[in-house]
Amino acid sequence: MTVNQTDFTAALLNADLAIPSGMVDYQGRPAGKRFDVYRNNVVVSLIDAMETAFPAIHKLVGDEFFKAMAGIYVRAYPPTTPMMMFYGEAFPEFLESFEHVQQLPYLADVARLELQRRSSYHAADSTAISPEDLGAISPDDLMNVKLKLSPALRMLQSPYPVLSIWNMNMVEGAPQPEPVEQTVLLFRPELDVDMVEINDATHCFISKLKNNTLGASYEEALSLDETFDLGQALGLLLTHQLITQLNV
Amino acid sequence: MLDQSSSNIPKIPNRAGVGYKAQHLNGILKDPSAIGWIEIHAENYMGDGGRPIAQLKHLREMYPVSCHGVGLSIGAESPLDADHLARLKHLVSWLNPALFSEHLAWSTHETHFLNDLLPVPYTKAVVDRVVDHIDQVQDTVGRRMLLENPSTYCAFEESDMSEIDFLSEVASRTGCGLLLDVNNVFISATNQQYSPEAYIDAYPLEHVGEIHLGGHEEDADDHGETLLIDSHSRQVVDPVWELYKYTLKQSGPRPTLIEWDNDIPSWDVLANEARLADDLLANAQLVAAE
Repeated sequence: MTVNQTDFTAALLNADLAIPSGMVDYQGRPAGKRFDVYRNNVVVSLIDAMETAFPAIHKLVGDEFFKAMAGIYVRAYPPTTPMMMFYGEAFPEFLESFEHVQQLPYLADVARLELQRRSSYHAADSTAISPEDLGAISPDDLMNVKLKLSPALRMLQSPYPVLSIWNMNMVEGAPQPEPVEQTVLLFRPELDVDMVEINDATHCFISKLKNNTLGASYEEALSLDETFDLGQALGLLLTHQLITQLNV
Repeated sequence: MLDQSSSNIPKIPNRAGVGYKAQHLNGILKDPSAIGWIEIHAENYMGDGGRPIAQLKHLREMYPVSCHGVGLSIGAESPLDADHLARLKHLVSWLNPALFSEHLAWSTHETHFLNDLLPVPYTKAVVDRVVDHIDQVQDTVGRRMLLENPSTYCAFEESDMSEIDFLSEVASRTGCGLLLDVNNVFISATNQQYSPEAYIDAYPLEHVGEIHLGGHEEDADDHGETLLIDSHSRQVVDPVWELYKYTLKQSGPRPTLIEWDNDIPSWDVLANEARLADDLLANAQLVAAE
C-alpha cells in the first residue's frame, strides 16, 4: 500500500482522519502513535510560531486560550511558504470572524500591528538623509521635491486605541488605554522597531508622499485638516530617520 | 556533477560548532574560541534586512558559517518552490558559507508548508525524484550540498531498500555530500529496532562533510515500546556520545554541530556540550595523525 503526500498531509492536519494504512512500525503493524509524532510536531511548531508572532495577543487572551485558538488557526491556515517570519498573515481576519472573541473587537487590529512590527523588523536597511540635506533645497523647489521613505516605515489606522493596548501588554508601567481611535506610525531607526501615535492628516500626508510631490501631499493633508503643520510632519519624518532620498 | 575546484569557499575546521541563537551572542563574544564555527537555519535569514542579517554579517567575519536549510522540501512529490530556491541562492551567494546542507525530507505539499521534516519511502522512484531535486538545487545554488539522514518514527510499507542504500545512491548520482546526524541514527535505530553501530559500519562515511549531535525525548508507542523523538531540547545523551566516538574511529574527525533549538539553555551549558565534542574531535585528530 503506497502513501502519497496528499493523504499524508490531510491526516497530519486532521486527527479525525484515519492514518494512511501504508504507514507502519518496524514490524509492519499500523503506525498509530508513531504517526501522531508528526501530527504533534506540525501543530505544536506552528502554535509556537504564532506565539512568537503575536506576543500581545497571547498576553491579552492568556496562554491556554491562545494555544487553543492558534490550534484552530494553524489547521485552517497552514503556512504557504517556508518564511515563518511572516506566518500569521490571515490571523487578523480570522480574529474578526472567530466567534469566541467577538467581545474583544480590537484584537484584529492589535494583530495587524504585530504583523506590521515584524514586517518592519525584517525590512531592508536604509540610510536616512539629514535635516541639512532638506534645508539645502531652495524654498522655490521645496514643494516640487519627491521624498523617498524608509522601507521599514509602516502605518496603521484603527478605530481602537491599538497602540495603547499593545503598550499596556508589552511595556512595563504603560498606562491604561483611553477609548479613542489611534493611528500609528512604525519605524526602525537602527535594528529595533519603535512606534508613535500620529494624527490622521499626518497619516494622509505620509501616504500621499509615496506617489506625489511634497506640495501635492501637503495640499491633501490640509484638505483633511486645515490645522495640519507641515514643519511638524517633516520634523517627525527626519527625527525617526524615515526620509532616505530627496528627488528634486 | 558540480565542479567547485576553482571556487573560493571558506574552510571549516574539524571542531565543534553550534546552531546560532541570538540570545547567545553575548556569550559567544565573551569567548569566541569556545567554538570553531556556527550553523544557521537558512530560512531565518531570508528577510530583506534588520537585526538577523546584521548579526549574521558580523558573525561571518568571526567564524566559518554552515548554512542549513529546513524548508526546501527535497523529498516532495511536487516540484521545488522556485521562489524559495531563489531566496536560498541569494543567501548562499552573499554569505558564502563553508557548508551548505538540507534534509532528506519533505515539508511542502501543494500550497501548504508544514514546518516539519516529514519522511519519504525508500524506493527507486523516490531516489529518482530526490536525485532530480538535488541536481536542481546544486545547479541553481552553485554549491555542493550535504544531505542529512532523518530521524524516523514510522516506516512505509512500500519501502524496498535500506536508508543507507538510498542515501548512497543519491550521493553517488548527484555528487552531493552527506550530513551524518548521529542523534538521528540513534533515534531511528531505536525506533526501527536495528543496531546503530551496524548502521554506522554500513554508512558511506567517505561522503560525510559534517556531523550533527543533539538531544531527544523518550516516549512509548501503542505497544509500550520505546519511541524516541528528535527534539533538540536537551543535552546529548551518553549512548549518542558513545555512537559519536564509534563513528569518529571510522570517519576520522569531522566538523560537528551541537543542535539545541527548543528549551534553549544558557550559553555556558551549550558551550560545555561543544567542549565535550571538541575533546573527542581532538582525540580523533591525534589518532588520525598516528
